[in-house]
Amino acid sequence: MFVFRLDTHSGVPPYLQLVQQVRQAVLLGFLQPGDRLPLIREVVEDLAINPNTVAKAYRQMEQENLVTGRPGQGTFVDERQSAVMPASTYTSLRRGLTTWLRRAYAAGLDEQAVDALLASVHQEMRNEGVA
Amino acid sequence: MTTGEFALRTDGVGKRYRKGWALRDCTLALPAGGVIALVGPNGAGKTTLLRLVVGLLAPSTGTVEVLGHDVTASTSRTLARIGFLAQDHPLYKRFTVAEMLRFGRACNLRFDQGLAEHRLAKLGIPLDRRTGTLSGGQQAQVALALALAKRPDLLVLDEPVASLDPLARHEFMQVLMGAVAEGDVTVLFSSHVVHELERVCDHLVVLDNGRVTLTGDIDTLLTEHRLLVGPRTATGPERSGAVVETVHSERHTTLLVRDGALPVAPGWQARPVALEDLVLAYLRRPGVDVTAVGAA
Repeated sequence: MFVFRLDTHSGVPPYLQLVQQVRQAVLLGFLQPGDRLPLIREVVEDLAINPNTVAKAYRQMEQENLVTGRPGQGTFVDERQSAVMPASTYTSLRRGLTTWLRRAYAAGLDEQAVDALLASVHQEMRNEGVA
Repeated sequence: MTTGEFALRTDGVGKRYRKGWALRDCTLALPAGGVIALVGPNGAGKTTLLRLVVGLLAPSTGTVEVLGHDVTASTSRTLARIGFLAQDHPLYKRFTVAEMLRFGRACNLRFDQGLAEHRLAKLGIPLDRRTGTLSGGQQAQVALALALAKRPDLLVLDEPVASLDPLARHEFMQVLMGAVAEGDVTVLFSSHVVHELERVCDHLVVLDNGRVTLTGDIDTLLTEHRLLVGPRTATGPERSGAVVETVHSERHTTLLVRDGALPVAPGWQARPVALEDLVLAYLRRPGVDVTAVGAA
């Protein structure tokens, strides 16, 4: 069963953290179409988290077609999720990133500097309306 | 979950003790069906506000409306819908847990003893033990089970986890959040610990020095506020009205702003702010204009 976790220092709203974790797990193949997510009650009692937060996360995931709720059965990873990114695309993007990171480290950047650089490029692209 | 209804509304509420005002101009509208945290330093007026809400105190000015009824004029039927867990989880220390439950049944119009026994059994707390011999965490759980057995529509808790160790604190919140998941209870709790608030509450009220300095839905507050980091300048970008806090280091400046998602000025970077940092920034602010932020 999928296990959620919470980082309370990230500044990312908890419901969004839950959504991102599922999105990421689907992308990386840790969650596959048809896999069942824990019940809201189970997440609440596991994380000692507000049930409204979990409900909001599940609602958002349904709206994004990331998961489907089946009444009386639970919430399942949507069948359409398999085609989101072909494995070859994922592998190729990953390889490109590894090459780039090697160059960054060789140039003397550390992990935090890379994060900062990434954040600033993200910001630029957001401003241009790309990302 | 009940929507479109207020669990608690206060209008211009103040409370004056012989020493002076403990609470002033408190105007709040808190939605039903959620978890509301009341945060502030010691002496901010949290306990006073909670005692006004449960009818243990009468306001010096203004009105307090709980579940649609004026609390000062409330009948025992209204009060039966409110559960209150006072600071330090008071129990009769020489009573056994079972005797405590009998006491609860005798004193309340509505009391689900089976529910309390079931909760305590699940936690492995024996009914035949005197409450005074239980651990602090277990005493808190007994007090919580008693309050929940009333099946209140509004449960008010004054610093429920302040005296508990981290593990007992987590277990207490697990049970409390489980109760919220089960039924239509609105929870209002006070805390001077701001750590980990965002995982348990949907709504926040920050009290400082007897006044409300920030109130709102947490996701909305986190979306509205952000940190802007940029080169240190004398003036900073034109955001005078929205800046909550400014921190200068040698070459750059960090601003906490409440500007929704306005485009960022060139050279500046926007970052989300953690709830804990947001609350602390508001508590650090001297002489806040209550009318400007209190209505959010």
